[in-house]
Amino acid sequence: MKYLLLIHQGDSPTPRSPEAWATLSEDEQKAVYADYQAINQAPGVTPGLGLDAPETATTVRVQDGRTLTTDGPFVELKEAVGGYLLFEADDLDAAIELAARIPAARLGGAIEVRPIVEW
Amino acid sequence: MVTILEQVFRDQWGRVLAALIGFLGDFDLAEEAAQEAFAIAAARWPRDGVPDNPGAWLVTTARNRAIDRIRRDRTLATKTRMLQVAEPDEAIVTATTFPDERLELIFTCCHPALAVDAQVALVLRTLGGLTTVQIAHAFLVPEATMAQRLVRAKRKIKAAGIPFRVPPQHLLPERLVTVLAVVYLIFNEGYGGRGELAAEALLLGRALAELMPSEPEVHGLLAMMLLLDARREARFRDDEIVLLADQDRSLWDEAQIADGRAVLDRALALHGHGPYVVQAAIASLHADEPRDWPQIAALYGELARLTESPVVELSRAVAVAEALGPEQGLDIVDRLALEDYHYLHSTRGELLRRLGRPIEARDAYRRALALVHDDAERRLLERRLAELETSTGPTR
Repeated sequence: MKYLLLIHQGDSPTPRSPEAWATLSEDEQKAVYADYQAINQAPGVTPGLGLDAPETATTVRVQDGRTLTTDGPFVELKEAVGGYLLFEADDLDAAIELAARIPAARLGGAIEVRPIVEW
Repeated sequence: MVTILEQVFRDQWGRVLAALIGFLGDFDLAEEAAQEAFAIAAARWPRDGVPDNPGAWLVTTARNRAIDRIRRDRTLATKTRMLQVAEPDEAIVTATTFPDERLELIFTCCHPALAVDAQVALVLRTLGGLTTVQIAHAFLVPEATMAQRLVRAKRKIKAAGIPFRVPPQHLLPERLVTVLAVVYLIFNEGYGGRGELAAEALLLGRALAELMPSEPEVHGLLAMMLLLDARREARFRDDEIVLLADQDRSLWDEAQIADGRAVLDRALALHGHGPYVVQAAIASLHADEPRDWPQIAALYGELARLTESPVVELSRAVAVAEALGPEQGLDIVDRLALEDYHYLHSTRGELLRRLGRPIEARDAYRRALALVHDDAERRLLERRLAELETSTGPTR
């Protein structure tokens, strides 16, 4: 099975907002980096490319042949995807266990695990 | 013959289906094949007699049907692949025994990635053998809704890769909690009046106790269900609720109470002290006459500590009121944040009545009435209120 793990930062502190990031102790900050690094190197993981902040997103729609753009992500800023990775695993349990190791999951965000359809 | 068939169906459906799902890796395919096999049995057994091992016969027949179906359906690449994996396993079903994979099945159906209502429906459909229509009726939802719920759940199991297995040791404790919660939920639906669900929950509880003999909470849940269910006949008189203290004890199923206590003993021998074991112990004490209220209150205290549930605290308040007096019970009730729970107000009403404060008691019963949904519960409250008003004379 292949899974796409969508990382939603939600309220979790990231280095992008220095004030929130500072609420973590130095050890916690180091642990966040170390955890992401370990996950990216875990067997079966294909790390995602880095996404810039959801604030930089542009949402595009086409209505009556006209291209309409709005500033920001499709969903609420807080609900936007902050990152992703691909994971090849035996079953959903393995994907859930990996998802639970992603720091965002324990810091106020959430991980959405989506199976990838193989044709 | 019909009854033998029904009995075999009843006994074997879950095991046969579990073995087929384990073998075929596909819920729908397994279900269709199992249904076909049972239909063939219904046609053949009255003529040829019931085979020595009906379960193994059904699995073999169903498996052969499924393989025929897959062969006819070769264009579906995934199923063909499955067949290639499946064939070397032939030996297991031609034998007179076949593996019992009900535990794998129940853990799959109760996987936390499925919604609770889907877990319940799947367990009743697959292990219980209830039809979609029966499940829909039991849960008072339209048949189409229930059918949709089952289809979606089965699709998710397959698409999301929910494994068909007993969880590994590090996941087992939390997964077992989910399984037991599903069985208890089924029991509770049945305890509220729909008896067939309670019977179903008891069967599931027995199967779990047989499959996981060293898990104290499994025995705890079964013991609790047996002890509560033993009082079923006495709980209603002419469709009206009869409270425990007013129940006709001759209507209690003494054999089942003894059975429940034996199961509880097994749980205690395994050093069980989880929430189900404690609830079973409470249910056992409730079956004694006179009741040991201090002990019941202490166990509710333990249960409240384990569950952190204000509803359990409310039960403790009732036991404390019996053990120490209504004042002490009321002290606990008045600290609970359960404003929208009708039992909080009916308990307050009862305690205030005993304390000789009828006006406040009446107000509490009225608040309970405004919150209650169940008709039988409503009539019970109305009777209490009427008694209060005759004893206090006209109010207002």
